[in-house]
Amino acid sequence: MKHAYDHYLSQTAKELQPSGIRKFFDLAATMEGVISLGVGEPDFITPWSIREATILSLEQGYTSYTANAGLLELREEITNYLATRFGVQYDPNNQIIVTIGASQAIDLAFRAILNQGDEVLIVEPAFVSYAPLVAIAGGKPIPVSTSAANGFKVTAEQIEAAITEKTKAILICSPNNPTGSMLTKDDLMELTTVINKHDLLVVSDEIYAELSYNGDFCSVAAMEGMYERTILINGFSKGFAMTGWRLGFLAAPKEIAACMLKIHQYTTMCAPIMLQRGALEALRNTYHEVESMRNSYRRRRNYMVQTLNQLGLECHTPGGAFYVFPSIRSTGLSSEQFAEELLVQEKVAVVPGHVFGESGEGYIRCSYATSMEQLQEAMRRIKHFIETRKKVLCPTAAQSTIQS
Amino acid sequence: MLLSSVELEILKIIEENHKLPIESIALMAMCSEDTVKKTIEKLEDEKIIISYPTLINWSKVEGQDSVIAMIDVKVTPKRDVGFNEVAERISRFPEVSSLYLMSGAYDLSVTVEGKNMNQIASFVSEKLSTIENVVSTTTHFMLKKFKHDGVIFNSGNDDKDRRMVVTP
Repeated sequence: MKHAYDHYLSQTAKELQPSGIRKFFDLAATMEGVISLGVGEPDFITPWSIREATILSLEQGYTSYTANAGLLELREEITNYLATRFGVQYDPNNQIIVTIGASQAIDLAFRAILNQGDEVLIVEPAFVSYAPLVAIAGGKPIPVSTSAANGFKVTAEQIEAAITEKTKAILICSPNNPTGSMLTKDDLMELTTVINKHDLLVVSDEIYAELSYNGDFCSVAAMEGMYERTILINGFSKGFAMTGWRLGFLAAPKEIAACMLKIHQYTTMCAPIMLQRGALEALRNTYHEVESMRNSYRRRRNYMVQTLNQLGLECHTPGGAFYVFPSIRSTGLSSEQFAEELLVQEKVAVVPGHVFGESGEGYIRCSYATSMEQLQEAMRRIKHFIETRKKVLCPTAAQSTIQS
Repeated sequence: MLLSSVELEILKIIEENHKLPIESIALMAMCSEDTVKKTIEKLEDEKIIISYPTLINWSKVEGQDSVIAMIDVKVTPKRDVGFNEVAERISRFPEVSSLYLMSGAYDLSVTVEGKNMNQIASFVSEKLSTIENVVSTTTHFMLKKFKHDGVIFNSGNDDKDRRMVVTP
């Protein structure tokens, strides 16, 4: 007899929606010859010197726990990095925690700040895990939709309209996954007034900070009056091409950091020591490789934005990350239909925009973290897909009668 | 020669991949196709772009393997012209595939390619060492190429895309 498990499971866990990306992955994984623009990670392999430093640390026998917050040496290096690169000053002794990817840092942040029913504003379209993590921590995710008309940048009015007396924090991810949009210093300035006025905390996911293409990235924590209310989250995954390492970090006011550290020490103990030692090498000696990868992405971005616009899939020029987020409304299809038909007919995988929130409907996410040869072929296939559809939609009168 | 930022951008794009079509290069560098064409012509005229060689792993082609030797050459420099005259003389031999002036224990590093060891031996004894001002030669035969011009040979699956098809 089948055992009933429903009553064992937590209500919160049961209510979590499985990621919409999963379904797509399952479909694409069964097909041969697929060009994927659906990958949310660099196409570069981690720079060799980082891998080499990690191998060396294993050879030397670094296999123990580290301090809960991470190796002090690494926290010092992170502090230097944040200061020189983004102009924010932290104390390595009590303000930095090395985490298992930026994802764990976000989890820690919500668990440390949320009481049952507290609301967190999530600027959408957004990375798929923010809302579930808020819910797991007992909070209530409140989507704040942005629009293409404004380059998917959130405005002070949109934030103001979503605030209630229960609003505790706002999650901002800039440069953004999936839209690639980036908030400049001026954009942020506009938001700080309303954030201050309502005494909100900011959970700032800055994982794509190294991938900003106009050199105008600004950390939320560097904004006047924001340092005290910002939990800065960053990591090695995107800029240093270290996704599979699961190594991130956070920086916060020391009272908040202390609270997060308690949760971190009970759930995780610490990040793996050999990977932390690899990260030391990353911060010390590989910045030129980050720059060269950034240049490569920037060129591919230029190619993608112009080509998609030429194909009639309108998109803004993203300031950062490695995604373009074109509108597919001109095709008359929903995001999901477009992505599914494109995959089946042309074997190009993209991610339908609606999985990143309601305001993502009508858009698709295309990652350009893949070779130019693949991108060119993908664009040829998308062009063919659109032209074929046009023929179906606007055939001669006789054909359209048959169609209907 | 000082290049504009667009010219530099074009140069970097084709350094990485010279097979990209002009249209793609123009989109990547954010300029017109005409600019790309003119820039490439100009850089070729200025001998900044020298040639577009193809890197071939001949050792994988049966019956086509060659022998490569790197020869350290000591030279007496000449008044007024230094090493230039003798270096130019050596560089004209078609067997010589590269030639560099070096600091350290010897002066010129000469790479020579031949069909077999005998060919290289006769090049060294008959041509290279008989040149006036060549004091001595030390010949090292290359046993295996692991990396050439930044490219790892026989890298196996190292550059295979191991990522999943769709990730958040």
